[in-house]
Amino acid sequence: MAFLLQKPSHSTLETRKTKNLLLLLLPPTIWLLVFFIIPLVIVFIYSFLQRGTYGGVTWEFTWSNYQRLANDLYLNIFWRSLGLAALTTLICLIIGYPLAFFIATASPRWRNLLLFLVIIPFWTNFLVRTYAWIIILRSEGLINTVLQSLNLIQEPLNLLFTPFAVIIGLIYGYLPFMILPLYATIERLNFSLVEAAQDLGANDIRTFLRIILPLTYPGIIAGSILVFIPALGAFITPDILGGAKTVMVGNLIQNQFLQARHWPFGSALSMGLMILVLIPVMIYFRSSNSENSL
Amino acid sequence: MKTATLETFIHAWGRRGLALQATFALTFLYLPILILIIYSFNASRFNANWTGFTLKWYQKLFSGLTESTADISTQSLWISLQNSLIIAIISTVIASILGTMMALALERFRFPGSKLLEALLLLPIIIPEITLGVSLLVFFTLVFRILENLTGIRLTLGLPSVIISHATFSIAFITITVRARLADLDPALEEAALDLGANEWKTFWRVTFPLIFPAILSGALLAFTLSLDDFVVTFFTTGVGATTLPLFVYGMIKLSITPVINAISTLMLLASLFLVISSLKLQDQVSVKH
Repeated sequence: MAFLLQKPSHSTLETRKTKNLLLLLLPPTIWLLVFFIIPLVIVFIYSFLQRGTYGGVTWEFTWSNYQRLANDLYLNIFWRSLGLAALTTLICLIIGYPLAFFIATASPRWRNLLLFLVIIPFWTNFLVRTYAWIIILRSEGLINTVLQSLNLIQEPLNLLFTPFAVIIGLIYGYLPFMILPLYATIERLNFSLVEAAQDLGANDIRTFLRIILPLTYPGIIAGSILVFIPALGAFITPDILGGAKTVMVGNLIQNQFLQARHWPFGSALSMGLMILVLIPVMIYFRSSNSENSL
Repeated sequence: MKTATLETFIHAWGRRGLALQATFALTFLYLPILILIIYSFNASRFNANWTGFTLKWYQKLFSGLTESTADISTQSLWISLQNSLIIAIISTVIASILGTMMALALERFRFPGSKLLEALLLLPIIIPEITLGVSLLVFFTLVFRILENLTGIRLTLGLPSVIISHATFSIAFITITVRARLADLDPALEEAALDLGANEWKTFWRVTFPLIFPAILSGALLAFTLSLDDFVVTFFTTGVGATTLPLFVYGMIKLSITPVINAISTLMLLASLFLVISSLKLQDQVSVKH
């Protein structure tokens, strides 16, 4: 009986629960606020300031950074980045979808092995994987050496430091990000629906377009976002594989912060990039939320 | 049954075509890696032609570790590896603690604003790395300046700023992994411990923690790898003397192509392979226990 009497009343239990929640919640939340949200807010504020004499900022409000961003020179770089990211996403989808399909429909043993093979590059250092393409693409590189020894070309082809090299590097770098979510949705596909469609007389192409493609749509979108975002903000790939003609937004931002030391303009560029990235993400979350509520 | 119907569908569609495409895609994924490994044993310094097997690039690499006569660049390579490991270990520990706390709060409590918090948590994964990198650069510079004006103490970018930055982008990965495990866990186990008189603290350490530990470890391994691999965020938040291995390799790539890079890259590949296998083993453990 004494044990029962000692049991905390409902209200003290509640306050203890609240205390526990706060103890758990506050440290990580404060960390993210201080080291993530506040830095973003500062960049946002900086994007409206003017450049100081020695690379710092002067606290005077201006629109000029955003006006400069609308300049053809910079808009072109944004368009190029968008184009390269979109093309990368599309090609990753074209390569990744059949591969994900193949893995998802393989026997369990093969499935695990193939998944493992896709995961390894996913975990491998991005810089190292990008660097490998220099060995392949440079003028004394693998492709040129092979082509020349086969006497197919006399002069080495100019492959490195071209938009082509950047696209190859981006596809190579982000392909696993496309395959893994695609695999996850295809693997979970309810194949009785496919069967039903075929029983009802739909041919393969029709079954694929009307049943499989729509059902794997969430995977396509998730994979595309996972490829598109890092490709749009890419910095290493255009820096190492692209030449002066294949500058992307990432390089421009880096340049404004470290070489030109124009932090307000660099901040405005970062804001522009972030908005471009957040638009598809918001659309995705909107659509997946409405799907969940169904 | 499911696989059977699936296979009949694909059979009609052309399983061979799919297999061919898969071979092509996997070759694309592996050819550069293989070439890198092969060339790390190539005697030729400049040419892509195979001119004989050699271990001299590895010897050169390891000379920085043992011989005081080794050139400065190979010595600083090992210092950069040491920096990478220090950063990865400390940032992973911080992120594991904070991420697990966040996972427990989100999974075991209902409270207003939890949806907002989930969005806040995912944001560091979603926004481009370069945005995160420059925002931390701007933040640290501003905070250091304010501190200097207030106290006269002059702080600069270095290991601590990189550690903080890495912990920041790692927290979400730990939270996601641990939350998945917590969601699978039967709350009755914790309730039973509480009913049997254990307090929350004891229940956590005796019941919950051992059960979620493999998930924490698996998330920590991912965070550790992300930290070791990170280039962009490190690039903006590092200072003099806090060069990491990826930054060092980047410097070597920018300066000249020497086969020593192939040797380091090969070793880095092996290290990631080891990490993937460990992580997969851990995940197996999680699912077996489940």
